[in-house]
Amino acid sequence: MINKNALKLKKGILNLLLYLFLIGISAFMVLPFVWMLSTSFKYPPDIFGFPPQIIPRNFTWENYTFIFQEKNLIRVLINTFTISSLSTLLSLFFTTLGGYGFAKFDFPLKKLLFSLLLATMIIPGAVMMVPSFVIMRELGWVDTFLPLIIPGAANAFGIFFFRQYISTLNDELMDAARVDGASEFMIFIRIILPIISPGMVSLGLIFFMASWNNYLGPLIYLKSPSNWTITLAINALIGGAGLTYWGPQMAMSVISLIPLLIIFLVFQKRFSEGITAGAIKG
Amino acid sequence: MKKARWAYVFISPFYILFAIFGLYPMLLSLYLSLTRWKGVGPMEFAGLVNFGLIPKDRVFWQSMMNGIILFGLYVPILLFLALTLAVILNSGRIKGFRIFRTIIFLPFITNMVAAGFSFRILLEKQNGLFNMLLRIFEIPSVPWLENIWWARISLSLLIIWAWLGYNMVIMLAGLQTIPRDLSEAALVDGATPIQAFFRITVPLMRPVILFCLITSTIGSFGLFAEVTTLTLGGPANATITPLIRIYGVAFSSYQFGYASALAYTFFALIFLLTVFQFRLNREQT
Repeated sequence: MINKNALKLKKGILNLLLYLFLIGISAFMVLPFVWMLSTSFKYPPDIFGFPPQIIPRNFTWENYTFIFQEKNLIRVLINTFTISSLSTLLSLFFTTLGGYGFAKFDFPLKKLLFSLLLATMIIPGAVMMVPSFVIMRELGWVDTFLPLIIPGAANAFGIFFFRQYISTLNDELMDAARVDGASEFMIFIRIILPIISPGMVSLGLIFFMASWNNYLGPLIYLKSPSNWTITLAINALIGGAGLTYWGPQMAMSVISLIPLLIIFLVFQKRFSEGITAGAIKG
Repeated sequence: MKKARWAYVFISPFYILFAIFGLYPMLLSLYLSLTRWKGVGPMEFAGLVNFGLIPKDRVFWQSMMNGIILFGLYVPILLFLALTLAVILNSGRIKGFRIFRTIIFLPFITNMVAAGFSFRILLEKQNGLFNMLLRIFEIPSVPWLENIWWARISLSLLIIWAWLGYNMVIMLAGLQTIPRDLSEAALVDGATPIQAFFRITVPLMRPVILFCLITSTIGSFGLFAEVTTLTLGGPANATITPLIRIYGVAFSSYQFGYASALAYTFFALIFLLTVFQFRLNREQT
């Protein structure tokens, strides 16, 4: 009896420690968000005021009105949204098409072509930075959205992902459509795409997030402020001579998070699938 | 063989785009690395002069060193924490499992510009939140961003914050592929949970851990926004990364030829490091 109670107590203590550990980690994860939000509602003197205020004593919307009125935030958001959605849609189209080609067809040099595709994934972006810029300038694409949409549109990871996904599908439906005289492209549009739409959501979310959060790409290619994306706009709020508009900068950071936060909370399960698909393939 | 022709059409966009925006730039870069070129005006052929300059490029080697130091600072902690959290959340004894997983994953969807500046506010020397909290407990304030080693630690904190959830989710998915009864059987046989963790879970999770290790390796040399927003590469270049060095040579000094030579050297070094990690893993199993 005593022994059983001791065991129970031991288990209870272990559980308590586990919860404390989880709560500690979670607090560290949440803290920067809380402070970002809090700072975005503060007047400059309160931002580094002692003692720290989590809920600002002098609450203000000033930082938000400033970024919308003075910093053209609407335009920035439209730019970011345009680039992210166009690159996501285009990427989804080309990667599903490529994945379908590799999954359901036999053709000469298939193995070699697929190995080549996988090999391109190890090339780090750093190697491409300078020559890509030179090429984009030749094409007249600098300070347009095209360098951020076109080159990544048929990326190897996506094709790899959809090849895995499509190769598990049964051939019967496709064969039936072929008998009915449907063209290969129509089979892809009418039969394959609807079946793989959950996978398209998973990967589309990853594409959208990567594009929305991209910093180095826009930094290299987008020159005029009217073309800026959200990450560039946040970065630009660091003023001259060490002056930083901390309040507006945090307000803009909060805004930059909202779309992804909503998408993430709604599609959490699909999101995790997109993340883990590349890592866990046995 | 009508079908085969269609397959080539379907896969061709990748190869066309890769030829224009991948292969061609790489070859161009190889050529550029043999020239002196400011990005505009005449290109001057320079042979291997650019590569000859690299051994003496202190900032570049410092940046490679920083990559290794950062790797040593955050990777063991990151992977250990991620695996521990995954095991705890996978154990089935935690209520509110989903809430914890969601919270820990949130930083991953945050852009690093917003994250870096938030950390800079938290770590500010005079009245950043961290130092204010220390002051309440009468602990002297820490020069988070002003001292070489503290700056590296601060950067590691940001990286662990940003990547813990990603690695945890991957490890969780990995754990779901290994049979749960194995560690349970060990526990019944009298092994402590810690023994079961190191003797059973870790070896079975080896491929997943390797995946996380390799992504982290490549990641620690390719940090960019994290550094430019939090530490600006300083103090004394202590947190500058190879990617920032190459960007600076290219787009601040406009030495396109030299930047290309640096980029190729960097690529070769990272490639060797990755192969080395794979080898090390194979030898141990």
